[in-house]
Amino acid sequence: MRGGRPAPPDGAVTPSRPGLLALYLGFLTVGACSVGGGLAAWIRRESVTKRRWIDDTQFLTGYALSQLVPGATNVNLAVFIGTQLRGGAGAVAAPAGLMTVPLGVFLGIGSVYFALSRGAAGPWIALALAGMGASAIGLMLSIGLRLGRRNLRSAASVGVAVVTALVVGLLRVKLLVALLVLIPASLALHWRTPAQRPDAAGE
Amino acid sequence: MITVLLQLAGLFALLSVLAVGGGAGVIPEMQRAVVDVHHWMSGPQFLALFALSRSAPGPGSLIVVLIGQKAAGLAGGLVAGVAMFAPSSVLAYLVAKFWHRSGGSAAGWQARVERALAPVAVGLTLASGIALIRGTEHGWAAYGVTAAATVVLTLTELNPVAMTVAGAAVLLAAAGH
Repeated sequence: MRGGRPAPPDGAVTPSRPGLLALYLGFLTVGACSVGGGLAAWIRRESVTKRRWIDDTQFLTGYALSQLVPGATNVNLAVFIGTQLRGGAGAVAAPAGLMTVPLGVFLGIGSVYFALSRGAAGPWIALALAGMGASAIGLMLSIGLRLGRRNLRSAASVGVAVVTALVVGLLRVKLLVALLVLIPASLALHWRTPAQRPDAAGE
Repeated sequence: MITVLLQLAGLFALLSVLAVGGGAGVIPEMQRAVVDVHHWMSGPQFLALFALSRSAPGPGSLIVVLIGQKAAGLAGGLVAGVAMFAPSSVLAYLVAKFWHRSGGSAAGWQARVERALAPVAVGLTLASGIALIRGTEHGWAAYGVTAAATVVLTLTELNPVAMTVAGAAVLLAAAGH
């Protein structure tokens, strides 16, 4: 298992080590371009293909680890790449760059939406957003189904996924309680299954 | 006001470290806290913010900025954003440090945890969809849009934005009659 992947020799493979400002601006571009999802693909394009800060193996390792850590995967990925390239300062600069434009856009959208929804157009905006929301729910379900198709390779895995969906989604058990039971159960069920690498960075 | 800011900070800092497999997994818990516990908005309003968060650039978890803004204005939005992203980012930094120090030799450990967390993350993503349907007054038209979007986006590579626009059009048209 240990020899499964080449260990990234820190620094040695990194083709170019950007300055903090370049790092910030690189992730700023990613954040600004990422309308409609696919953030991970944009981060890969910027950090591997275009600027050659890291290689593909390092990217995939970072992506896998970013999913293990709780929180938004792509923000974690920015932290991971930032840490690798510039240590603690990079761990702040990369996610800050990633979030600058989206944060501004969200604050703007929020102000406009809250102002307009109180006006005469309010009911129509509510209706349009209900329709967009209904689609967005479908998108969420399709992401779950696609992830399931790629990553669930045993009856135990399918079982854990179904139980999780029902317990948290339908029965609305408190998340902390559900995770405290589900994660140890899943670890116990999967500890001995033969090694299989789920697709990383597929999204 | 200060009370609401503290509530926002506490809620999202907790959800930050509970967001297994990405930000989508905490949507059911977020909906419960925001709608049923704190009464900052109604179920349909929560879905509206969810829809907005999915049509803007950046991570969908930025929905917390909209929730914070609704509950406590600009300060609320910023507090919610920091609370949602800081704790998980610190964890990511520590893991990255540990990983680089170990020279990648923790790969066996990583693969096992990855295998165990993947089905939980899949289940949580589906749970988000289910909870959002339950939390809204989903009429027949909305059910139709959700079902169509689920099937189309699972089986084809259609851009989700197109489906989102279609969803809005369908509900507006249905109400016009």
